[in-house]
Amino acid sequence: MSFPWAKHYAPSNGFTKWIDERLPLPRLVYGAVGAGYPVPRNLNYFWNFGVLAGAALGIQIITGIVLAMHYAANGGVAFDSVEHIMRDVNAGWFLRYAHANGASMFFIVVYIHIFRGLFYGSYKAPREMIWLLGVTIFLLMMATAFMGYVLPWGQMSFWGAQVITGFFSAIPVVGETIRIWLLGGFAPDDAALNRFFSLHYLLPFVIAGVIILHIWALHIPGSNNPTGVDVKGEQDTVPFHPYYTAKDGFGLGVFLFIFAALVFFAPNALGHPDNYIPANGLQTPAHIVPEWYFWPFYAILRAFTVDFLFIPAKLLGVLAMFGSILLLFFLPWLDSSPVRSSNYRPLYRIFFWLLVADIAVLGWCGGSPAEPIYVILSQICAAYYFAHFLIILPIVSRMERPQPLPNSITEAVLAKKGGTSPAHTALSGSPVPAE
Amino acid sequence: MVRAIAILIGAGFVAVLSWALFWSVEGLITEPPAATAVAEFHLHPKEVALASNGLLGTYDNRQLQRGLQVYKEVCSNCHSLKHVAFRDLTQIGYSAAQVKKFAADWGTKAKQFDPKSGDTTERPNTPADYFPTVYYPGQGNPPDLSLITKARHDGPAYVYSLLTGYGEPPAAMLKKYPDAKTPDGLYFNQYFATLNLAMPPPLAQDGQVTYLDGTKPTVKQMSADVSAFLAWAAEPNLPTRHGYGLAVLAFLAFFTLLTYGAYKNIWRDIKH
Ligand code: HEC
Ligand code: HEM
Repeated sequence: MSFPWAKHYAPSNGFTKWIDERLPLPRLVYGAVGAGYPVPRNLNYFWNFGVLAGAALGIQIITGIVLAMHYAANGGVAFDSVEHIMRDVNAGWFLRYAHANGASMFFIVVYIHIFRGLFYGSYKAPREMIWLLGVTIFLLMMATAFMGYVLPWGQMSFWGAQVITGFFSAIPVVGETIRIWLLGGFAPDDAALNRFFSLHYLLPFVIAGVIILHIWALHIPGSNNPTGVDVKGEQDTVPFHPYYTAKDGFGLGVFLFIFAALVFFAPNALGHPDNYIPANGLQTPAHIVPEWYFWPFYAILRAFTVDFLFIPAKLLGVLAMFGSILLLFFLPWLDSSPVRSSNYRPLYRIFFWLLVADIAVLGWCGGSPAEPIYVILSQICAAYYFAHFLIILPIVSRMERPQPLPNSITEAVLAKKGGTSPAHTALSGSPVPAE
Repeated sequence: MVRAIAILIGAGFVAVLSWALFWSVEGLITEPPAATAVAEFHLHPKEVALASNGLLGTYDNRQLQRGLQVYKEVCSNCHSLKHVAFRDLTQIGYSAAQVKKFAADWGTKAKQFDPKSGDTTERPNTPADYFPTVYYPGQGNPPDLSLITKARHDGPAYVYSLLTGYGEPPAAMLKKYPDAKTPDGLYFNQYFATLNLAMPPPLAQDGQVTYLDGTKPTVKQMSADVSAFLAWAAEPNLPTRHGYGLAVLAFLAFFTLLTYGAYKNIWRDIKH
């Protein structure tokens, strides 16, 4: 669909022809993730992570549906039903560990995917819509994972739900009413547990829908690439299949290997022991901490320790925490540099790595108890986080002098690898003949 | 326009955070956090060599059987084990007949409601029953032990350390923190999060149980055995999981090699 030299689907026999005339689904797939989608030839391994995120969602949906066949969303039995899954359901321990660690793997993969976009400027024109849909998926994932974590109804489930729904009570005047309405009670209980289960089952399918839009939007301009330079001609691309299906197959193997190592050999390493204690509304855990993938945002929330003018600290923290994610929606317009890839942006590149380190420190603080030293570190790092996106990025993109860009993808590849004149197509001499 | 607004909002966040930072630093300087007895005297679990340790760990059934005996004769007076059913004991090397007898002999009988008379009667436990509820009248609330080794950091080592970690509060501690005196009815234990807990030392002297297999029942031995048993109670599938895990990883390593070969083969003529 995107480039004139994209291959077209040709049904090979009577049956596929018959299908194609009635429901051209194979044609759609061929154009979306088959030989009909031309992709830059120079993508590196960071471009594997989109497909891996899709695989992670698939694994969550499959393990989740089977778990739901045995799980009971009722405060009196939810904890025990999870233990029943662990002990008595055939391979139940595998399903549950795969689902719990699958959420972590999903976030690891998506974080790498997002940082890939930040580094290579994939959010810039003409790919803004892909980015906006991506941030939407990220928000939906966070909501899904939060509600999923409530389901086993352990101590962290309960107190996590208490803390997160407590955010709403920071809203002036109506906050407490909204919180009670959302929970269906004064504290998390059956009503909350049931609606969280219902939404936890629903949202992954909403995510799947938004992913379809995300990929649709991707296919209009086509994939970005490590040089950030636009595709100029056929020599710059290879067909998605078999080239990137093969590469993604390898990436999937590595992903599954790491995933399985976690599930079979360290299934509780990323979880919190307190969630093996049944929920108890009368006993607050010593430290309430969310799952690791929320730590940076939790640190931002807790960095706001004093009221400012007439605004209470809690409201500021909640605004900042949501703001830290919502500001990503504006990124395409905050960064005005026409150059996409950080490989050619000497100044932005430095700030990019500072941001990565900053978020890592925020994560570390978010997972630690709220002791003064961690609070102070969170305050410094949260300030840098906002400064990076809202101040540094707009200014740097104005004043920076980018390094010279290659004329084309092919030129960049050949400059690196040496070889024949750029006029040759990427495919010449390859097993799949170019058209 | 977008950028101008962004810079303003960014400056706002930075200002508020700097204000908060100022007060945090000020607080740290004027009122540095006081040293506490817990921060200074709480200990991390000590190591205990169990067959289930490590990436390839499995269970030693003889040790689990000794641990079950300690649980039955000592801990079960106060602690329940509600996620474990008697039938599960076949996994640690007992025959079905032995489990049946073990369940029937268990001191606390199963409750049964008679809908005709409205009375609650008792019957002996069967292998299908779970370990019965325990009611404890003393001070404190003994937690259910079926998941205890997963509900604490470094669980099996923690249980072992707790059981062998009772003692007198160090004189140095009482001198430095006079308030840290163990309250009446509690017992000092440096492995417990708050240093004092309501559980009296359950394994106080050697020979508290008599092992059938001739193992010497020292306090350390009984503690290690019951920790091993509780590790099994919390994660009975560990040996299966490790066994499948090796096979799955071996398969995935092979699969990944194949995909790598396919990838390199398909791309062999393409510079990228
Ligand atoms: C006399 C009753 C009694 C006996 C016997 C007893 N316990 Fe306890 N146990 C308690 C009480 C009470 C607590 C709660 C302590 C507290 O929270 O202060 C407790 C707590 C515990 C804890 C949890 C500590 C924590 O981190 O919260 C463990 C583990 C434990 N007991 C293991 C055992 C084992 C193993 C045995 C058998 C060797 C045993 N107990 C025998 C009464 C008992
Ligand atoms: C976006 C994808 C998903 C994510 C990120 C996610 C995340 C989570 C998390 C973090 C937990 C808690 C795990 C634990 O500690 O036990 C959980 C539990 C659960 N999830 Fe999901 N999930 C997803 C999709 C689904 C789907 C599609 C279903 C059902 C159709 C489902 C059903 C369940 C059930 C029944 C539980 C409770 C059992 C348990 O705690 O293991 N999930 N989920």
